[in-house]
Amino acid sequence: MKSIRIDSTNGLCGAFFIACGLFFAYQSWILDMGTALRMGPGYFPLLLAAVLVLLGIVVLIQATRVQGEPIGPLAWRGMLLILPAPIFFGLTVRGLGFVPAIFIAAFTASFASVRMKPLPALILSAAVTLFAYFVFSKGLNLPFRPFGPWLGF
Amino acid sequence: MELLDNLILGFTTASTLWNLLFCLIGVLLGTLIGVLPGIGATATIAMLLPITFQIGDPVSALIMLAGVYYGAQYGGSTTAILINMPGESSSAVTAIDGYQMARSGRAGAALATAAIGSFFAGTVSTFLIALFAIPLTVVALKFGAAEFVSLMVVGLVSSVALAHGSVVKAMGMVVLGLLLGLVGTDVISGAPRFNLGIREYADGLNFVAVAVGVFGIAEMLRNLENEHDRSVLIRKVHGLLPTREDFRRMAAPILRGTALGSVLGILPGAGAILGSFASYTVEKRLSNHPEEFGKGAIEGVAGPESANNAGAQTSFIPMLTLGIPTNPVMALMAGAMIIQGIVPGPNVATEQPSLFWGIIASMWIGNLLLIVLNLPLIGLWVKLLTVPYYILFPIIMAFCSIGVYSVNSNVYDLYVVAFFGIFGYALMKMRCEPAPLLLGFVLGPLLEENLRRAMILSKGDPMTFITRPISATLLVLAAAVLVIVFLPAVKKKRAEVFVEESA
Repeated sequence: MKSIRIDSTNGLCGAFFIACGLFFAYQSWILDMGTALRMGPGYFPLLLAAVLVLLGIVVLIQATRVQGEPIGPLAWRGMLLILPAPIFFGLTVRGLGFVPAIFIAAFTASFASVRMKPLPALILSAAVTLFAYFVFSKGLNLPFRPFGPWLGF
Repeated sequence: MELLDNLILGFTTASTLWNLLFCLIGVLLGTLIGVLPGIGATATIAMLLPITFQIGDPVSALIMLAGVYYGAQYGGSTTAILINMPGESSSAVTAIDGYQMARSGRAGAALATAAIGSFFAGTVSTFLIALFAIPLTVVALKFGAAEFVSLMVVGLVSSVALAHGSVVKAMGMVVLGLLLGLVGTDVISGAPRFNLGIREYADGLNFVAVAVGVFGIAEMLRNLENEHDRSVLIRKVHGLLPTREDFRRMAAPILRGTALGSVLGILPGAGAILGSFASYTVEKRLSNHPEEFGKGAIEGVAGPESANNAGAQTSFIPMLTLGIPTNPVMALMAGAMIIQGIVPGPNVATEQPSLFWGIIASMWIGNLLLIVLNLPLIGLWVKLLTVPYYILFPIIMAFCSIGVYSVNSNVYDLYVVAFFGIFGYALMKMRCEPAPLLLGFVLGPLLEENLRRAMILSKGDPMTFITRPISATLLVLAAAVLVIVFLPAVKKKRAEVFVEESA
């Protein structure tokens, strides 16, 4: 018996579609379905979720037939340093104020590239912070606190 | 004459000092970011979108955004010509012959040809928009809920047809986008949906945050996969002015490119991409010396660049008149309008004529600014290409963060950015196009609302979509597009086109 080989890219994609579809289907199930005449909040999403699961199954079946391109290298360092930047900014912008929040976000993101050295990163982040402060706080007059209560302001 | 009055109203709105300034800023910023290799027009607009919200006046904000769009597109062709790295698929064709021209020392002429072609196409298509806007609006005002549903189906189906790669995956992207668009509160019953109990998402996922994540962040991550050096071929561009022989050779391709691009741009889902491919094929076929194509034929730059720009502009027609965005960039524009408190659709032209015509007039002004600015500034853009890529990450991340936060002062929007950053990157890795997803995201709530309304109006009879003539015609069109995509011959050709493009 020949074992079934699944193309990794499409296999993942199919599984992903099915997972997303099931998530939305489950979430819609709890909602009021209504009738075709007066659709409730769950009707249309459940329909879409079912279609998504179906499409996922089709992709999965295709994955067993055709071998596609491999997934390729992943930007681990990038993910590890780029993604936390907005999260950190969100967590600290109220408490620390936006000047430190931007500075840290920029500084973290600097190291996403292996080529960045600490000193240029520091200078660059400071410059970006200064620029953002003048543009957003002075220029556009946004009501953000430059320094927040955590720093005793 | 009404058309003339409208255009005068538009030009007076667009040429106030304030609006000119925003148009200028938009064009400059758009070119600046568009020139950066690997960042296409859509990502550029997504990243600059938050900034426009700080402008109180919706007219100025949209004028600036439109400026960003043309700027980004122009910047994209500059990178395509100089370093053979098209940021967007629509300038991929330009790269073929443009880069070859640059290699043989004619970068200046190639850039000038692109600029002249774009400007001419922009002028013609601005008038086309002005000409078609009112009649189409009149038709659109007759549309009921059922027609809008069918129209959106056409738009979504076409976006599937024109996505790269697998059709099934693109369909999945549309459906997933529609579902994500429904996150928040159900408009009719007020019931919260899919927000995982987080009150901050009651108004739905912030469109800007999703766009910045899926396009901006995901694209940065992809660029980080392998950091290799870019070879900048040209340090100095000289001899900008094309020769008389060049002008003679580019005239006809520009005219044909403009015509092709304008027509194809109106089609839902087509945008600028289809036009530039079609134009390249036509020019190659009509040329007396087809062997020069791929080796630096000026026709191969002039035609596609004109088509590209004409299509970019006429794709505003369905968005402005029907409220249906036909490509991701228009989805971004529609999202921007909604955030500014304007519901895109046929009512915009009648209720806010100065906004409507102001945007149209600003398109032409934007094109004029581009040609005036960019030819002398080309030296600056070339320098920009030598800027090491890694210094951009902190700058982009800082501005994206503060920009997204400034839209609603909602910190949860920033978590959406991060989530959709990785989500978009995962999609990219699974070879799924994000463009249909974004289109679905914007149209999701609209589609559901109109579907429910149509069903109530028809007393629960789904035949309403087929018995109403306009709706039926649109659905037949959608079905035809789907059938065509699945035809074996077309399927093969489609694969070829997209392979050529990514090569």
